[in-house]
Amino acid sequence: MGMDNEQKRNDLAALQAKLAQSRGKDLWRGLEEVSETEEFNRWLDDEFPNRGTLPHVDRRDFLKFMGASMLLAGLSGCRFLPKSHIVPHVMGPEDRVTGIAVYYATTFVQNGFGTGVLVRTYEGRPLKIEGNALHPSSLGASDATMQAAMQTMYDPDRAKAVTYRGEPSTWELALGSFRKCLEQTQKGELGPVAILTPVTTSPNFAAWLRKFVNQTGARWFQYDGVGRDAAREGVRMAFGDDTTPVYDFKKANVIVSLDADFFSEGPGHVRYTRDFAERRRVHGEEVELNRVYAVESTPNLVGAFADNKKRCKASEVRQVAEALATAIGLGSGGTAPASVGDSFVQQAAQELLANRGSCLVVPGEHQPKEVHALAHAMNVFLGNSGLTVTYVEPVEADSKSGVLSIGRLAEAIGSGQVGTLLILGGNPAFDAPADLNFAGALSKVEHTFHMGVYANETSELCDWHLPEAYFLEAWGDARAHDGTASIIQPLIEPLYEGKSQLELIAALCNDPRPGHDLVRDFWMKDRGLSKEAWERALHDGVIEGTAGREVAATLQPLNLDPAQTTSGLEVIFRPDPTIGDGFYANNGWLQELPKPLTKTTWDNCVYVSPKTAEELKLNVWRDADNPQHDLAEVTVGSASVRAPVIIQPGHPDGAITLHVGYGRTKAGAIGDGCGSNVYPLRTTATMHFAGNATLKVVGKTKVANTQYHHSMHGRDIVRYGSVSKYKENPTLEPPGTMHIGGHGKDEDKYNLFRQGKKDHAFDGHQWAMVIDLGLCVGCNACVSACNVENNIAVVGKDQVINGREMHWIRIDRYYGSKDGAPSLDSPDTHFMPLACMHCEMAPCEPVCPVAATVHSAEGLNMMVYNRCVGTRYCSNNCPYKVRRFNFLYFTKQYEMPSLKMLMNPDVTVRSRGVMEKCTFCVQRINKARIEEKKSGVPLKDGDVITACQQACPTQAIIFGDLTDEQSQVNKWRHEHRNYTLLPELGIRPRTTYLAKVTNPNEEVEA
Amino acid sequence: MAPKDPLQETFIEGSGNTYLSLQDSVGNLTLDQKRHNRFAWWFPFVLAFGMLQVMMLALTMLVFVGTGIWGINNPVGWGFAIINFVWWIGIGHAGTLISAILLLFRQQWRNSINRFAEAMTIFAVMCAGMFPLLHTGRPWVAYWLMPIGPNNLGMWPQFRSPLVWDVFAVTTYLTVSALFWFIGMIPDFATLRDKAKTFVPRFAFGMLSMGWRGASRHWHRYEQAYLILAGLSTPLVLSVHSIVSLDFAVSIMPGWHATIFPPYFVAGAVYAGFAMVLTLAIPVRKWYSLEHIITLKHIEWMAKIMLATGLFVFYGYICEAFFAFYSGNPFEKAMMINRMSGPYWWSYAALIFCNGLAPQILWSKKIRQNLPVLMVVCFIVSIGMWLERFVIVATTLHRDFLPSSWGMYFGTIWDWGLYLGTMGLFTFLMWLFLRFLPIINIFEVKELFYKMTGRHGAPKPAAAVAGAPEKVTADE
Repeated sequence: MGMDNEQKRNDLAALQAKLAQSRGKDLWRGLEEVSETEEFNRWLDDEFPNRGTLPHVDRRDFLKFMGASMLLAGLSGCRFLPKSHIVPHVMGPEDRVTGIAVYYATTFVQNGFGTGVLVRTYEGRPLKIEGNALHPSSLGASDATMQAAMQTMYDPDRAKAVTYRGEPSTWELALGSFRKCLEQTQKGELGPVAILTPVTTSPNFAAWLRKFVNQTGARWFQYDGVGRDAAREGVRMAFGDDTTPVYDFKKANVIVSLDADFFSEGPGHVRYTRDFAERRRVHGEEVELNRVYAVESTPNLVGAFADNKKRCKASEVRQVAEALATAIGLGSGGTAPASVGDSFVQQAAQELLANRGSCLVVPGEHQPKEVHALAHAMNVFLGNSGLTVTYVEPVEADSKSGVLSIGRLAEAIGSGQVGTLLILGGNPAFDAPADLNFAGALSKVEHTFHMGVYANETSELCDWHLPEAYFLEAWGDARAHDGTASIIQPLIEPLYEGKSQLELIAALCNDPRPGHDLVRDFWMKDRGLSKEAWERALHDGVIEGTAGREVAATLQPLNLDPAQTTSGLEVIFRPDPTIGDGFYANNGWLQELPKPLTKTTWDNCVYVSPKTAEELKLNVWRDADNPQHDLAEVTVGSASVRAPVIIQPGHPDGAITLHVGYGRTKAGAIGDGCGSNVYPLRTTATMHFAGNATLKVVGKTKVANTQYHHSMHGRDIVRYGSVSKYKENPTLEPPGTMHIGGHGKDEDKYNLFRQGKKDHAFDGHQWAMVIDLGLCVGCNACVSACNVENNIAVVGKDQVINGREMHWIRIDRYYGSKDGAPSLDSPDTHFMPLACMHCEMAPCEPVCPVAATVHSAEGLNMMVYNRCVGTRYCSNNCPYKVRRFNFLYFTKQYEMPSLKMLMNPDVTVRSRGVMEKCTFCVQRINKARIEEKKSGVPLKDGDVITACQQACPTQAIIFGDLTDEQSQVNKWRHEHRNYTLLPELGIRPRTTYLAKVTNPNEEVEA
Repeated sequence: MAPKDPLQETFIEGSGNTYLSLQDSVGNLTLDQKRHNRFAWWFPFVLAFGMLQVMMLALTMLVFVGTGIWGINNPVGWGFAIINFVWWIGIGHAGTLISAILLLFRQQWRNSINRFAEAMTIFAVMCAGMFPLLHTGRPWVAYWLMPIGPNNLGMWPQFRSPLVWDVFAVTTYLTVSALFWFIGMIPDFATLRDKAKTFVPRFAFGMLSMGWRGASRHWHRYEQAYLILAGLSTPLVLSVHSIVSLDFAVSIMPGWHATIFPPYFVAGAVYAGFAMVLTLAIPVRKWYSLEHIITLKHIEWMAKIMLATGLFVFYGYICEAFFAFYSGNPFEKAMMINRMSGPYWWSYAALIFCNGLAPQILWSKKIRQNLPVLMVVCFIVSIGMWLERFVIVATTLHRDFLPSSWGMYFGTIWDWGLYLGTMGLFTFLMWLFLRFLPIINIFEVKELFYKMTGRHGAPKPAAAVAGAPEKVTADE
């Protein structure tokens, strides 16, 4: 009996065997079901489960084992540790102090182009990305994506292991399998190898790819979901050869944007924004502003900022370009479409001609090659070449293969010429043009390998998935928009089993080396960097002297294809403003980042102008407060997509915009099921826009917006005015403005509360912030930076609909109109970043029953989280509504081990039921103050920089000490344009604003 | 002939009354439990008990999941919890007014309804008191609002906050009301102790009567204590709701920051309170055959008080609207326009109908004495008073200064669950009170009867001896 029982108790093996036998409908669905089996219960009841698998040992054997183990334990000391390049400190180096951040330079790559960044690390844990002031693409600034990338780094849904058809496997097996494919190919048993990569600028990676191609006869293809093929083709069309245009916005007095959004996309956009802002600064009497003429299809940030703006369909931009070319005397016969009007083109042309050599025509990333060619032709014609635009040798490692080479790959697959396909990064099964049916093509390839940071839709269709190391975990290099190379150096050992693409391709060339050696050898041996230069490159984040050489740009005669016009309803395809081509779909911070213009989160929508919406019988005058939107079905050809409708003032009539990137199915816990997939509508011929779309309303759905009311309701919120108005009255305040309790001359005269004794004893530094609304382009970098710095929780779509988003800083967007006439068709757009104002007479403080929000002597309005009981009275009494309440346990997500690592240790992670808000980055202030105390050297202006200020590409935010007469913040507060928001409340906010000065050409007809 | 003072009239109706019959109508209601054993008691009780369970569920969810189960959001940080808090506190006010102010003014007619109204006050304050503590994000530390002081917590609460004043106001109110209620019941407990035929009530009422023997010293002290408590309660009628109104008036929000709030809240409280007393009294007097004690005159006069306080409240609404426009403050003006024509226009329109227009039919004596219609008016007023707080809380917060932060507020199933649940708690306690405590002041009714009939008017000496507390007759 005993034996029998023993046998039955045995272990889980029997159970597993039983499960393995089950087939078809016997599949078990959950552990509950398994737990009903007799074997399992017996196993559970047994005091020592699995003891059956233990060897039966007697005393002698036991002693033998013990002795042997001790010997082996000694032996293991002789074993070499796996070669590792980042190890925890056993003996801490002298300059490392726990809790003191160390910064390293590395490079963040977007669409193949590198932007230099400095990454803050604590005890070897990368935490926050800042721009690298030495890098030409950053100059110290960053953008929303760069900031939020930190969450992708620690995303628990990242690919963790090598898998073969979904089963865990190893690198050895994967590489062995690939080598076997190569052998078979050499023997002629298998079709050739093909490699598909995103467009890359890395000279090192390209060299290895070429070596691999030469060794194996493989073919190399390139594809980006949202690529720059048209831009490259346009350049080739204009000059006959490839070059990369590099703009200098600092030198441009007049800028014409042909549907370009150089504030938020394309190589160097951060740098361009910073340069641009240099020409928008207004100080006292100095008003030397550049002027922007923008033609836009889908409303974008440049259009929102532009001094003169016209809208037209994406397909009509080319006509505008031709008309402009004609107007400046280059070519003939172009006429502007009616929606833009002749006056606009003529005025723009006049100003361009008047500013030869100091003007700029910028083509949009998503415009066809003809627009790019025309723009370059105009720039050369206007003498801008070498001045405001420099043409350098192509920055991309292979700029020629770019143009829709995935089409050729699909063709090769179709004709059976690909036996093995290696996809490095990207997600072509999701984002390739629909006509290629790339997902279907994948199944025709015998052996498929996909390497990616995530196991995505493409990995699912491939045999092998190889986890890729994120840029913070791997060595590499990339080039900036002007060609300057910089090193990607890792900040941490790969969290999972990831390897870099570079390491993989080197290993496939039978030269497996660690990434560090590959990069160092390339730059020191192949490119001849000295050891000092290499170390300086690592330290500075820039390799000196690598900027692209200028090439002679000689215009070729333009042979333009007939204009690609659309008929019927036009659909404009754009990358999503926050999650891009879809790679960042699983990044909660980016999902919840409001789209700059619509303030929508978690969704892609159908954007349509009010007039077109009326024609399409959409619910235009829907109740602004109701999150219910029309759900529309947009059909192009045979493909259709369903998305909620958003009426977008300023959108061109007769067209709708759809953002790609949403509708992921294998993104991860956050990104799955958000929005709808627009890629199936996009074909090789219609990468940027398509005609003959139909739209019908199929129902209602909820959209999570963070702002529902778009007008200022006649209130004095964003102050703005043209240069001429500014010269008349530099305060730009509307008539009848009262000056009570503000920072004007009569500061205390009318203030009931300040007669007699002061409310707070102010002492020491007095912190204050000024935001120049004339510089804010609404790019969201500050919001994203604040999220990362201050451990802001992501609450999800439903909670955003409930109005519970947690952002400490928000960018309010208002639509206005010139001369007070409301215009839905083409409104002025105003942005206003708004965080806690740190009022000197803060209304939140006296109403808190437990003194959980109090004032510091330095003028900070502070939250004591531990003391807060959560009555929310403070939030009710805040006129700016900048306080955020933890209605639920929003930070539970940060209990996940990997996301825990994302948390800034200097900032408390707030729990359920407490109020929170902007602290003016008090942790940074404290750090600076500690340094001040230690060194005895008084703080200088600029020693404390808030996260939002640091990220801002236009430097629209200034923070500093009011007691320092010379501080920048004092200078700005003494500007005439300085004003207080809601001054009549007498609450004396420490954050003030500078009114926005615009520079419109009044001659342009509306 | 001097005009007859209607308030000096006496109010025990019917011809066959004796001390014995009054004892039977009022006192034996408690002792004879069989009289409750019927549908009229069991049905509301079981229903209320069910609703009480909904409350427990809603509270459990609240504590375990968080205030996020409610509809509150970023612009609208307060919702049902504060609305219900103010609503319940307001309902309590009729009890205090009846017991304290009418006592001081020597209004004899209060005798037949005061006990009932006081009970209502206490239960309403219990319902109300729950909300300010539970609506906090972390209810387990809500006691930090109490002035427990530095010895225990290391620091005081922040005394400038009206929420701390609320704590004082509500706890004082509950304490004084409970004392008042209990002391008023002591002579009745003694009567019940003496009349009880079984051990349990005799023991229970014996403990509760605290050794009351009906000695003249007892009566002397009783009268003094009762008067002092009435004196203490009287300012509470005005102060409690004034302080509650300061939760709003102290803030800087347009629509809240108004000096009219304290008086207009007090009037509203009395208004709502009388509506609730009527809502309960009308069915109870019928079910328990108390029509001769709670007479139509009582009902009519309560209806008149409702009408008067209703007019105060309506005046408050008019003032609010007038000053919003007259002040020239653009935010106030926008707030009032939004109240009237914004997305919550229906709540404002319903409010004006419920609290301003509907009660005007009470000008008619016929209506005041038509019990079904009066019941309907009382319901309308109760709804109206709830809407008033909804309008104040939601329409102010949902659109304040910066349009970018504007939003909407709707209660969720848990908001409604907790609200209905507190109604359940209230009814549950009220029905226990109906069954186990003297719902009408026994000795005062008998005293009244004595005053009406006098010594010679006493129908039968035997009945007088049996029913009336000896001291009453002895003192006269």
